[in-house]
Amino acid sequence: MEQHSHIALPKGSIEKTTTTLNIGPTHPATHGVFQNIMEVDGERVVSTEQTVGYIHRAFEKLAERRPLYQITPITDRLNYCSSPINNMGWHITCERFLKVELPKRVDYLRVIIMELARISDHLICNSIVGVDTGAYTGFLYVMQYRELIYEIYEEVCGSRLTTNIGRIGGFERNFTNTAFTKLEKFLNEYPKVLREFENLFARNRIFMERTQGTGGISAQRAMNYGFTGPNLRAAGVDYDVRVQQPYSSYQDFDFKVPVGTTGDNYDRFLVRNAEMYESISIIKQAYQKVQSFKGAEAEVYHADVPAYYLPKKEDVYTKMEALIWHFKIIMGEIDLPKGQIYSAVEGGNGELGFYLVSDGGRTPFRLHFRRPCFIYYQAFEELIKGGMLSDAVVTMSSLNLIAGELDA
Amino acid sequence: MTLHSFDWALVIEKLILIIIIVLTTLLITLYTTFGERKVAAILQDRPGPNRVGPFGLFQPLADGLKLIMKEEIIPTAASKWLFILGPGLAMTASLMTSAVIPWSTDLHLFGRTIALQVADVNIGILYVFAVVSMSVYGIMIGGWASNNKFSLMSALRAASQAISYEIAMGLALIALLMTTGTLSLKTIVADQVSGHWWNVVYQPLGFIIFFICAMAECNRTPFDLPEAENELNFGYHQEYSSMKLGFYLFAEYVNMIMSSAIMASMYFGGYDLPFFDESTVAPNIAAMIGIGTLLIKIVLFVFLFMWIRWTIPRFRYDQLMNLGWKTMIPLALFNMLLTGALILAKL
Repeated sequence: MEQHSHIALPKGSIEKTTTTLNIGPTHPATHGVFQNIMEVDGERVVSTEQTVGYIHRAFEKLAERRPLYQITPITDRLNYCSSPINNMGWHITCERFLKVELPKRVDYLRVIIMELARISDHLICNSIVGVDTGAYTGFLYVMQYRELIYEIYEEVCGSRLTTNIGRIGGFERNFTNTAFTKLEKFLNEYPKVLREFENLFARNRIFMERTQGTGGISAQRAMNYGFTGPNLRAAGVDYDVRVQQPYSSYQDFDFKVPVGTTGDNYDRFLVRNAEMYESISIIKQAYQKVQSFKGAEAEVYHADVPAYYLPKKEDVYTKMEALIWHFKIIMGEIDLPKGQIYSAVEGGNGELGFYLVSDGGRTPFRLHFRRPCFIYYQAFEELIKGGMLSDAVVTMSSLNLIAGELDA
Repeated sequence: MTLHSFDWALVIEKLILIIIIVLTTLLITLYTTFGERKVAAILQDRPGPNRVGPFGLFQPLADGLKLIMKEEIIPTAASKWLFILGPGLAMTASLMTSAVIPWSTDLHLFGRTIALQVADVNIGILYVFAVVSMSVYGIMIGGWASNNKFSLMSALRAASQAISYEIAMGLALIALLMTTGTLSLKTIVADQVSGHWWNVVYQPLGFIIFFICAMAECNRTPFDLPEAENELNFGYHQEYSSMKLGFYLFAEYVNMIMSSAIMASMYFGGYDLPFFDESTVAPNIAAMIGIGTLLIKIVLFVFLFMWIRWTIPRFRYDQLMNLGWKTMIPLALFNMLLTGALILAKL
């Protein structure tokens, strides 16, 4: 008689009293493709094993075969909720490496774009925390204001999500008046909506009970793990790359670095919310500074780096020199100086670092992205152990784990 | 009883009434789904469904058609009969509640007095409880039969939630029954129509408890733990497709309408239109006005359900249990005590 064969169960799986639950890679709670193999006792999480690599795209390896300007689109796909910051971070790294001095106006324009990206990143994160606690309305309500931000990107660089915004040495073109009009519209409309959004959640009893005391981490543990950004600040450490190692003239701006105390989901929510207000204030200051440039200065939108910044198209068609540069840049025929550099920006999620090593070739010898998500995800088990399954989901979104940045 | 003395006309009358009630309920439910989408859209500042027909009015029909046309998938490892039984049970249980709801005053047609209530059973409200408790079986059976861990967890959540909140609901109701002195829904409504205030005036706390518990029984946010899409992946109906999924979704809306009808009947005077003397118009017209009034009350309750759903987050499992056992039940007991004391003091 033919034996009906069953799938062989691992040893001890019948006797065990806990359940193995796969949260991910395709689960609505994992915003992106990553996996938690959770061991749950009823609703309580006993342990979890975090798995990464589901959308690993070998970005660091790819970067070794690309000239600098071709690496920008790769950075788009790290934290795609705030890709302009990634782009700018990469440009700033290159400029520091090539020792390019930027005009102030370019710095301020970059600050505007980066802070807009920070707002859109925090907005998504906070509203997703709302969704994961079961309140869907906040998320869809604020979406249209993120849309205003995307329209500004669109006006500046032509694309929305994966922006590829700016160039090494500045922007590809000057901001149009429409861009500034859209910026003004956003600055007028957004603070009111943010206040409304905050009212919907911050003092909501159910939301507070869901988020307070869950997914908490002490400042010491957070620093040991290498936390940065809002997640570290929520634990009470006032570390902000914009303040500690200013880039893009952040030292010219007046802003607060909000910190929390407990490092739990609620504090992370509040810190992100407070940072959005600070970002609005920074954008306003930057916009004022940009407006103060008059005459020829108001037309400056890039530095003079002929070896990396593409010449104007008219010049390419009419001038020999420009044609040569154009050709050399596009073909990636320009050798980098020898050396290495680590440069970081305050990404939407934390310290987004670029470690660039060059052996004098046309492409980086090695490029490493310091992706904050990857670091947060290591601490995930510690954050959720002993809590409820629902807390784990909220913690996951509150850490702002974005698969693109997690895997690179 | 011989065949001759059997009132065949009554049977036919009741059958027609049942068919009308079930069909109307289904139609209203269909448009409740549409209403939910529109309410959500308004609250979220977006247009909502507006493509199918004028103002998107045919959207629910399109949704229904889509669900029917979808491929039926029964997982290989599922327990097949229970898998099919689950949604059927959920739907039947939620539709059965309508039997004892008095829709309006009597109608006079063809020389007969037609009561607009399928069955005026003297245990009225207990029948509702019995049926409502059944509806959780639909979820439990479906969740278990799917052979899916998420579905199973959701089924467990649903069961414990239903048990916890039914107790508080029952206790809130006992206080109401102490003031009305009857279990028959018809008498409860008739008492409110004839001169008395609505019961909600005598039982404000009881109504709030009942309302919260009704929300929990219907699995609506903030009590939608069984279908928590974020952690449990839509829970018990995760493995369902096609019209079986449709039945589960539909049953939720039918439940919502039925509990609104029960709440309106028990606490808000049922078909009673305030400041309106029914004796001034013809009885049939009064009956129609009564139906309209009850429907409006139902719609208002349903809107309240939706409004809450699209505003606040959901509880966590342990918080839900805490609320049920440590807050709702003591409150309901206190309400009972208070009602008893007041009745005694009046005597």
